[in-house]
Amino acid sequence: MQENISTQLAKRIRLTALELCYHKKASHLGGAYSIADILAVLYAHHMRIDPEQPDDPARDRLFYSKGHACTALYAVLQESGFFDGLDLHEDFTTNGSYFTSHVNHQLPGIELSTGSLGHALGVACGVALAAKRKSRGYRSYVIASDGELDEGSNWEAILFAPHHALDNLVLVIDYNKLQSFGRTDDVLRLDPLGDKFKAFGWHTIEIDGHDHALIDAAFREAKQTSGRPTAIIAHTVKGKGVSFMEDTLAWHYKSPNDAEYAQAKAELEAAV
Amino acid sequence: MRTTFIKTLCEEARKDERLFLLCGDLGFSVLEQFADQFPERYLNVGVAEQNMMQVAAGLAMEGYSVFTYSIGNFPTLRCMEQIRYDICYHRLNVKIVAVGAGYAYGPLGVSHHATEDIAMLRAIPGMRVTAPGDALETELVTRRLCRDTGPGYIRLNKAGEKPVHRVPIAADCLDMIQVRSGKSTAVLTTGAVLGDMVDQVDARALEFSVYSTPFISDISPHQLIELCQRYEQLITVEEHQLNGGFGSAVVERLADLHAAGKISRFPRVRRIGIPGTFQGFAGTQEYLRAKAGIVLPDKQDQHVDR
Ligand SMILES: Cc1ncc(C[n+]2csc(CCOP(=O)(O)OP(=O)(O)O)c2C)c(N)n1
Ligand SMILES: [Mg+2]
Repeated sequence: MQENISTQLAKRIRLTALELCYHKKASHLGGAYSIADILAVLYAHHMRIDPEQPDDPARDRLFYSKGHACTALYAVLQESGFFDGLDLHEDFTTNGSYFTSHVNHQLPGIELSTGSLGHALGVACGVALAAKRKSRGYRSYVIASDGELDEGSNWEAILFAPHHALDNLVLVIDYNKLQSFGRTDDVLRLDPLGDKFKAFGWHTIEIDGHDHALIDAAFREAKQTSGRPTAIIAHTVKGKGVSFMEDTLAWHYKSPNDAEYAQAKAELEAAV
Repeated sequence: MRTTFIKTLCEEARKDERLFLLCGDLGFSVLEQFADQFPERYLNVGVAEQNMMQVAAGLAMEGYSVFTYSIGNFPTLRCMEQIRYDICYHRLNVKIVAVGAGYAYGPLGVSHHATEDIAMLRAIPGMRVTAPGDALETELVTRRLCRDTGPGYIRLNKAGEKPVHRVPIAADCLDMIQVRSGKSTAVLTTGAVLGDMVDQVDARALEFSVYSTPFISDISPHQLIELCQRYEQLITVEEHQLNGGFGSAVVERLADLHAAGKISRFPRVRRIGIPGTFQGFAGTQEYLRAKAGIVLPDKQDQHVDR
């Protein structure tokens, strides 16, 4: 893996997300920043996709369950060439545009509309099961947030995937320890999260979700794992990359004012 | 509306110590005042709406009067069976509050468009479905539901609704409330679309009466009979699917009255609402309402083309 490529991509994801939230007064930057590095590594080095053929049956699929943090996904799809001919910056959240502020499958490169939490993993189980039944080689990735693990629907799917030996399915948990109205530890404790996944029969990997080499290694390890699905528990920081956004609840909601925008932009640009 | 709701709920909670508030991990900058004043009667259950409804049922079984709070589809469609079986069948004292009615969260997308909830909830026996039109109506339905002992639903818009009522509403009012008087046409609305319709009537100098319907489940036969006598045409307006919604409720009751011989002439009823579509694009509430065709016709005999 050339770490430089994904590092630069992550930087551009964060900058694009900042522009979108600043100019369109949108929310959820915190959750976009905690997942930016994972998306960068996934799209730079692992997803077998072709923007010329977004519906290619052989493509890898990403199901982005935390649909509120759409700016990071839109940014990486833009960087990957899926939105050529569309104007993300102009059209984000504007009247009549498919660039809604929760992930929208009407856009190329997006498998599933999300925004209501706890939907994607079950759908991805169905898609992964279909690959097994039809002997297809594509892989299914799911990105879920920690807060949405509160939803019972996820735990039904967490039971299902190992039972059906879905080793073509990878679940990444963006474990940033914050949800909408408090810390996960205070609202509904998830720990010991790794032990839970292990007990449910998942191949479980815990990593620092901002370390590109570790993220890359985890996706590789998942590919080599057979007979069971892989859960990558990525320990992350909500708002990662902008000092005053890191680990704060308010940046789930706020959109940056002029001064905050300028400072965030300067900090992100200064990063290597 | 959400601030009026929480302010009213706090006032009621001071008088009634059975009041309990659950939220599904949201309500930032809205619910804090309740949480701070009544920490023993407040809980964030997490992003787990189905469990929230079941916990509410359990608390209600033990004597609490429980309000559950979340956005649009999450405390409603997501939990239909918990609502039907656990809460309504057992006639438990649980009130569901959903914020973001219709297209109030327009740019967020279809996940946040709450456009089928009236139809689904009003089908359940014993559920009192309400949709306030402005702040005064919000206070009215909140106080009313605090006094009820069975299941209820409050469909809140979000914020910034135009105040329509200028005089206080009687506390025991369950009827449609007249806010404009005109001639042969009556516009019957439910929810926050009221302000928009009143604006349209005023701005276009339409000679329509306008009535607001905060209590959708309580449409009274007497009032409908009276409306049939006074008006040639009724126009129902809702920020909701036409299938099964408020307009359907009106037509169903009219049909029953007609079949029972209680109205001799079936009025011309025009239903305005969402014509069975998802609007998968972004847009302000105003934009999406217009796109869905939630606009008053000019004259009583003009047909709405879809
Ligand atoms: C079913 C459902 N319930 C509630 C919400 C409202 N909501 C939006 S984001 C969020 C939680 C945010 O925390 P988390 O899931 O951990 O996401 P992240 O920290 O990655 O932003 C909630 C409750 C929702 N979108 N869907
Ligand atoms: Mg989180």
